[in-house]
Amino acid sequence: MSAAHRSITLPSPLPLDGGGSLASVEIAYETYGELASDRANAILVCHALTGDQHLASAHPVTGKPGWWARMVGPGKPLDTDRFHVICANVIGSCMGSTGPASFGADGAPLAMRFPVITIRDMVRAHVALLDVLGIARLHAVVGGSMGGMQALSLAANWPARAARVLAIATTARHSAQNIAFHEVGRQAIMADPNWAGGDYYGGPAPDAGLAVARMAAHITYLSEDGLTDKFGRNLQDRDSKSFGFDADFQVESYLRHQGSGFTKRFDANSYLYITRAMDYFDLAEEHGGKLAEAFAGASARFCVVSFDSDWLYPTAESRHLVHALNAAGAPVSFVELSAPHGHDSFLLEAPALDRVVKGFLA
Amino acid sequence: MSLRPDLALIATRIAPGTRVLDVGCGDGALLASLCDAKGVDARGMEIDAALVAECVARGLSVVQGDAERDLANYPDGAFDYAVLGQTLQTAQRPDLLLGELMRVGRTAFVSFPNFAHWRTRAALLWSGRMPVTRALPVSWYETRNIHHVTVADFEALARAMGIAIRHRWFFSGDKTLGGPGANWRSEFALFELGR
Repeated sequence: MSAAHRSITLPSPLPLDGGGSLASVEIAYETYGELASDRANAILVCHALTGDQHLASAHPVTGKPGWWARMVGPGKPLDTDRFHVICANVIGSCMGSTGPASFGADGAPLAMRFPVITIRDMVRAHVALLDVLGIARLHAVVGGSMGGMQALSLAANWPARAARVLAIATTARHSAQNIAFHEVGRQAIMADPNWAGGDYYGGPAPDAGLAVARMAAHITYLSEDGLTDKFGRNLQDRDSKSFGFDADFQVESYLRHQGSGFTKRFDANSYLYITRAMDYFDLAEEHGGKLAEAFAGASARFCVVSFDSDWLYPTAESRHLVHALNAAGAPVSFVELSAPHGHDSFLLEAPALDRVVKGFLA
Repeated sequence: MSLRPDLALIATRIAPGTRVLDVGCGDGALLASLCDAKGVDARGMEIDAALVAECVARGLSVVQGDAERDLANYPDGAFDYAVLGQTLQTAQRPDLLLGELMRVGRTAFVSFPNFAHWRTRAALLWSGRMPVTRALPVSWYETRNIHHVTVADFEALARAMGIAIRHRWFFSGDKTLGGPGANWRSEFALFELGR
């Protein structure tokens, strides 16, 4: 569907959790549907690690439909006839918001001079955007995966800014296993000679490293059953094994395709910074070690959704979050939906999710 | 929408502005009526994902979970009332579930089908087979009711656990019955319990 593509420069420097601040922050965002005269019908959708503001509009590089096009539009769960839906590219990313590929005052790309940021920093930028847009209180903040982390961070740190919080396939903290997979990805990027300490802009990019990072991560987004159903041990365009290291198996070919496709649309340094922000995410730690404390001042209604085949952010993490919300006395709903596709289920066809989202936002 | 008789009675007993947890809330009928009519902070717990989704779609706060495992996560006395409607007999350990219910709620409502109802007794006595009756319509091999209980059994359990029975109601179909002969005459029973 058609979106309004916009970009703003934040009027004041953005303070960062790591100390210091970021000046002249650009935020690229899209909106769908009209903002009501009372400005009370806005929904902020937060995107995942490799997502972007192209929520329901074609991606400018790949030409593919927006990452949640099936969820956003007239009559859809995020009904653009009723709601003003906003999706902003997170800082640290590479789709128009300030990130490591942005230019510094010296006219050169920031690269590793870009500060390490946190999920809360991303949300602080979203809140600054909402200030500019004159939206005091969102009808809802919605997100899956890293988007869910942002939604939770907004609820915990800016509790007055959203009336509803919908967190899908997410977690309140990155586990050792989550960090471990991200570290594999980062090391793959940094081991690529083209990475060159991050100063590769204008030259060959560390595509091989970034592709491996994406391949490793992509496995974590799918379920074992999903992979087996889709590929099994099927061979790729051949009748027998090659006794070499070509992509003999369909699953290898698929992963290589995922990896190389990803390098065309994503910046390796952004991948380093955003995965770092996710690894640093621990909502309890920010609030004295008790997750319930994070939501002590919450006034929103919460809805937490997990998928039974998601082993990246498994249902146990959602339950942990729900217990904390209950302990904080927040009105919370929780449902574990059955879906075959693992973590990626939140992006794929899931009628049960549509019903929950629609009902919760109503 | 008309509520099941035990739930309708519970709704009349709940004071406005209180906190309620409905354990095994199903499609959320009781929660919805409490939220609409009384401004109650009503929460639900339900094990069936499809029913939870239905509740969420109605705007209710319902958590998917297994009461026998997940009630443990609620603090003592977190609710003014805890409701267990026709769920006790489905528990692995009804006694432990009842204990948890009394821990999280200051007052509890528990309803269940009475296995000592005369129809059930007659069915067992005359056919020698597990009763399939109006109140217990599902065969033994597929029923969720794994711990059948009678009014007399429940009262004995409450006594043994030191739980105070504040009120009792007995039902046959949609009708309320008086107390005498309740263990014979009631298809369903509802108890209001205190510590």
